[in-house]
Amino acid sequence: MRGFWGILLKEFSHIRRDRATVFFTFMVPVLQLTIFGFAIDVTIDNIPLTVLDLDGRQESRRFVEAMAATRTFQVVERPTDAESFRRALTSGRAKVGVLIPAEYSERLLRREEAQVQVLIDGSDSQVATTALNTVNLLTTQLAFGRARVMAESMQLAAARNMEGEAAMPIEARARLLYNPDLQSSHFFVPGLIAIILQLVLLFLTNLSIVRERELGTLEQLFVTPVGRAALLFGKLTPYALMAFGELLIVLVAMSAIFGVPIHGDLGLLLLLSSMFIVTVLGMGLLISTLARTQLEAIQFAFLVMLPSVFLSGFMFPRSEMPVAIRAISYVIPATYFVEILRGLILRGADFIDLSPQVAGLAACGAVVLWLSVTRFHKQLD
Amino acid sequence: MNGDVVISTDRLTRRFGPVLALSDVTLDVPRAAIFGLLGPNGSGKSTLIRVLCGVLRPTEGDATVLDLNIRTQFEEIKRRIGYMSQRFSLYGDLSVRENIRFYARVYGLSSQRQDEREQAVMTLSGVGAYVDRLAGTLSGGWKQRLALACSLIHEPELLFLDEPTAGIDPVARRDLWDLLFALTHQGVTMFVTTHYMDEAERCTKVGYIDKGRLLVLGTPQALKASPQVTPSGTLRYEVACADPPAALARSRSVPAIRDATLFGITLHLLVEEGLSELQLLERIAPGDTTVSLRRIAPTLEDVFVTLSRAQGMEAA
Repeated sequence: MRGFWGILLKEFSHIRRDRATVFFTFMVPVLQLTIFGFAIDVTIDNIPLTVLDLDGRQESRRFVEAMAATRTFQVVERPTDAESFRRALTSGRAKVGVLIPAEYSERLLRREEAQVQVLIDGSDSQVATTALNTVNLLTTQLAFGRARVMAESMQLAAARNMEGEAAMPIEARARLLYNPDLQSSHFFVPGLIAIILQLVLLFLTNLSIVRERELGTLEQLFVTPVGRAALLFGKLTPYALMAFGELLIVLVAMSAIFGVPIHGDLGLLLLLSSMFIVTVLGMGLLISTLARTQLEAIQFAFLVMLPSVFLSGFMFPRSEMPVAIRAISYVIPATYFVEILRGLILRGADFIDLSPQVAGLAACGAVVLWLSVTRFHKQLD
Repeated sequence: MNGDVVISTDRLTRRFGPVLALSDVTLDVPRAAIFGLLGPNGSGKSTLIRVLCGVLRPTEGDATVLDLNIRTQFEEIKRRIGYMSQRFSLYGDLSVRENIRFYARVYGLSSQRQDEREQAVMTLSGVGAYVDRLAGTLSGGWKQRLALACSLIHEPELLFLDEPTAGIDPVARRDLWDLLFALTHQGVTMFVTTHYMDEAERCTKVGYIDKGRLLVLGTPQALKASPQVTPSGTLRYEVACADPPAALARSRSVPAIRDATLFGITLHLLVEEGLSELQLLERIAPGDTTVSLRRIAPTLEDVFVTLSRAQGMEAA
């Protein structure tokens, strides 16, 4: 380990003098936390709704009120002619249109099947799915409400509750665990820790080595008796320490600003995070052995970052991915770490619960480190 | 084991894919010598240094540096040599002192020896006046002095300098060479690459390399006196005349003129003895009343030009 301290202290001098690095390291997490914690809210509500009510009597008004009461929809327009109704949808002012026919109330009174036409803008699949589900649920409830009143009066209820009133024969009693308010920040912020650590570490370590290669100082170091291990550890340790500091900042911000409590063991969280940090250092080192210039290094780093963001399950659920894409996600270290973070922080999972993910992360880390250390020579090619 | 030979190579060859960067280079460098390696860009000068420093493996051939084998004992070699590369390869964002201290730590000097050596190299190179300046803000000459100071921190026995004076002003260049001479008097051996002929003249031994092949090797005196450079029956002249380019063009058509080169405002000629001085002037500058000529000894440049042309013809 000859020269370890020399390299380590020198690296800290670089960091101290390079304001851009410090800014990048500590501002990126703040920005990302703000974006994912506040700006991106994937719970869908207030979908703009246009209503063309050709009936206009009490029954049809009740239907529209029920829709607005779900808060999933917000009535933005109430046109009186078919053309304005169509325009509201084609212009995008409304995502959902409800057309209530003129004979709606009469048909209900005559105990005939009354139909309501619901037009949903399918462009945004998430909004459309939410709208469709809400409309279906709402009409089922309204329909059942009417049926119950009828059944009550005819003494023919399919089932009765404790009070002896007519009730649904089967009722699912769902309870939301771990994130009862369904706040998207609770879902995103823990996973974000993995992305922040990887982003900052990957760029810093990889650039710190490639910069020296580009400047010619790496060649100068190769001509000295500094050991390969001392060179690697000396260069990577400062960034590992910075990443660890960053981890603590993000954890504090997560609980203080977003109110996400850590249900699991903090010690285990820090331990597994360190494992991830070491893996990412290895990835940075591996990229630095492939890239000749800093520009190449940045391009490579993006190539690694994109799948980590989109395929690791951080943004989109992995269960929804096609099999081939899902297979790729198994070789991304962030996949395991995102699951570990969510498990530990939200569900209070322990080591036994997480052992498959820990094994996956360990395997990725071992392969990455082995590859990068064998590829990094004190040699020019 | 030869105490007087510091570098000894045996048919050293290095390929980069299909490119032959070094081809059968055999040379030796005696202790406390300044060995100057000359050659055009991309001729293999830096590759040879990198192979000898142990950061590039040779494809074929072998070499010993300080009696250590470059294939197997390169880490030991690195402890005892210094290397100053072509480019400024120090850390511009670290101060002069931080750069020197960094190399002292990398070479694993004890803290007491570290202080001693820091003081010694700062005094020797004169960078002591700038200890707290950031290295990146120094002028070209001072950067090179700092690089030299760093490469001397562990008292190497052998110093490799890859174009140490490229891009620095003439005064700084002379100062640097004075420093190098001072070091050879302390027994340090220098291996220097350069583009400058005047620097080559100051070396104790020179080599000329082109396309990876070592074409010329010897002391400047021996090379200049070599019959290959000035074959028997020929003389070298310097001609001053009114229109040197025209004279050069004419000299090409005179068979008795073996070689002609424009040298500033004069012409250097290699002429067969059979052609008298009067005949010579008549042929190349007819009617020119200001023309004058004198006999000269070959310069190192003449040596390199003549010998590499001869090699080129042989190869063809």
